[in-house]
Amino acid sequence: MTALLEAKGLVRHFPIRDALGRAKGAVRAVDGVSLFVYRGEVLAVVGESGCGKSTLGRLLLRLIEPDSGTLHFEGEDLRALSASALRKRRRRMQLIFQDPFGSLDPRMTVEAAIAEPLKLHGLHKGRERERVAELLSRVGLRPELARRWPHEFSGGQRQRIAIARALASEPELIIGDEPVSALDVSVQAQVVNLLAGLIKELGLTFILISHDLGVVRQVADRVAVMYLGKIVEEGAAEALFRNPRHPYTRALLAAVPGQGQKPAMLEGDIPSPVAPPSGCRFHTRCPFAQPYCREVEPELDGLTHRAACHFQDSLPPAPPLREAEPDARLRHLQSFFDRETTP
Amino acid sequence: MSASLAEAGESPGRRALRRFLRHRLAMFGLVVVSLFVLAALLAPWIAPYDPLETSWSRLRQAPSWAHPFGTDENGRDVLSRVLFGARASLMAGVVAVLGAVVIGVPVGLVAGLAKGWVDAVISRISDAMLSIPFLILAIALAAFLGPALENAMIAIAISISPVFVRLARGMALEATGTDWAEAARALGNPPWRIAVLHVLPNILPPLLVQGTLAIAEAIIAEASLSFLGLGQQPPAPSWGSMLNSAQRFIEAAPWLAIFPGLAIFVVVLAFNLLGDGLRDALDPRGSR
Repeated sequence: MTALLEAKGLVRHFPIRDALGRAKGAVRAVDGVSLFVYRGEVLAVVGESGCGKSTLGRLLLRLIEPDSGTLHFEGEDLRALSASALRKRRRRMQLIFQDPFGSLDPRMTVEAAIAEPLKLHGLHKGRERERVAELLSRVGLRPELARRWPHEFSGGQRQRIAIARALASEPELIIGDEPVSALDVSVQAQVVNLLAGLIKELGLTFILISHDLGVVRQVADRVAVMYLGKIVEEGAAEALFRNPRHPYTRALLAAVPGQGQKPAMLEGDIPSPVAPPSGCRFHTRCPFAQPYCREVEPELDGLTHRAACHFQDSLPPAPPLREAEPDARLRHLQSFFDRETTP
Repeated sequence: MSASLAEAGESPGRRALRRFLRHRLAMFGLVVVSLFVLAALLAPWIAPYDPLETSWSRLRQAPSWAHPFGTDENGRDVLSRVLFGARASLMAGVVAVLGAVVIGVPVGLVAGLAKGWVDAVISRISDAMLSIPFLILAIALAAFLGPALENAMIAIAISISPVFVRLARGMALEATGTDWAEAARALGNPPWRIAVLHVLPNILPPLLVQGTLAIAEAIIAEASLSFLGLGQQPPAPSWGSMLNSAQRFIEAAPWLAIFPGLAIFVVVLAFNLLGDGLRDALDPRGSR
């Protein structure tokens, strides 16, 4: 089985320039990431904000150019494609943005926005309207809303429109860059359920970029954990959640609401990606760090469940995770409201 | 509510129009501008006299019922000349700004979207032009092209165009940083399609505002050039050249200066009010 999308050693640094335009350093947003996703699989890329996961998502679609590394989609070298060949390929790979208030052109009706990929790629000629109506009902919106403008919709509705637009050209791969984190908690669950349903029905390959492990747990088959531009752990979702091998993953899991633990394991801020720590990048915040960690950078190690930690086999066992409760936060919220309203 | 569901939503443009129509000062500006436009268009029919007809029997007469704005040093009716002068001023204002938009906006868009050395070259040229005072540049160009109303319009258009280059470039740069522009790229839009179908409609509102305000500036510039003898050529009437000949009689016949001066003042004020009103109506952060 070959991967639908495979990246090897992707690097992207953003130079920081002084007033005269000379480079005086670089934000090492993505610093050597290798990743693959199989057809029909949901891969989650998780990490704190600033770890480079959004940059990675854009690199994978070649929306920004990598400094080095290789990128293959359906076995074809994406980096070797000309600009126009790449535009044709975009039909097969789509992106859903975090901010539903920014990702829709304010001067385009819903219909024009969803029909745009159809026009661009010459799909459903002559019956774009029907296709738009079909897509709208697929994402749970009434087709009558097609002639309205983005500003007339709520955040959740806009995100549904963005999803419909991403689905329009029948892509093979969709990357969702924090697709629900800008939404209200009550709406998040609905949109996650919508996405999960669409992935299953349409057999989509999905890369979910998220910092929300609750959402990830609900939909991901496989998880890659990112820290300061590198992947520190990667494996099947079940295995990774049950038996996290990297101290950073453990800290993230402990911080998931509803785990009954204080998120005290992670102290301090994420270090600057301009000057990442020497050796293991996590050693400045790691409760298990040894002097050795400061010196030598660990490689991703393992067969199917890989982690980049020198001591992954000698860490104390992780506390067991509670069963996944997709609607835990919703219920928590509901109980809060109930308390407020009942005398 | 359910009945209106199937209806088309309110477009951003329509929403701005609704706000604009409620803006009092802007509506005042619009009315005044419309009156001037009507006066210019209908000048041959509403002007009481031929603006070129001289008469030795009525030199520099003060305003009266027969000549509400008085007569000039050649016995021509000032009201008729002000009405016909509106043609030169408005035409110069509108045509010069249209010219500046046609030159400036595509160039600015290219600079903002292409970035790199293309942007650097275009930006340095427009910076250099902006570092020369607008009127000095217009005078130099008009003098170089030769005295005629058409040449004055060309000179003004060229002198104003860097303002539009800069505005379009800045807005295009800002637009390329937005999620919707990136989304357009992710969908497979080629660069020209992003520029024309996405960026241009989004930068239209500030261009409209700037264009309206620029008309006011262009009208002043045309009057200044005509005042200096570089614009409308005598005997054809223009507010600027009327002011020029009026200065010799400023004490003996002040009406010769007052009425064309007032016309310039009122029409420029009206365009400025109109532009400010458009800005308020089109600003998405504005209230209502």
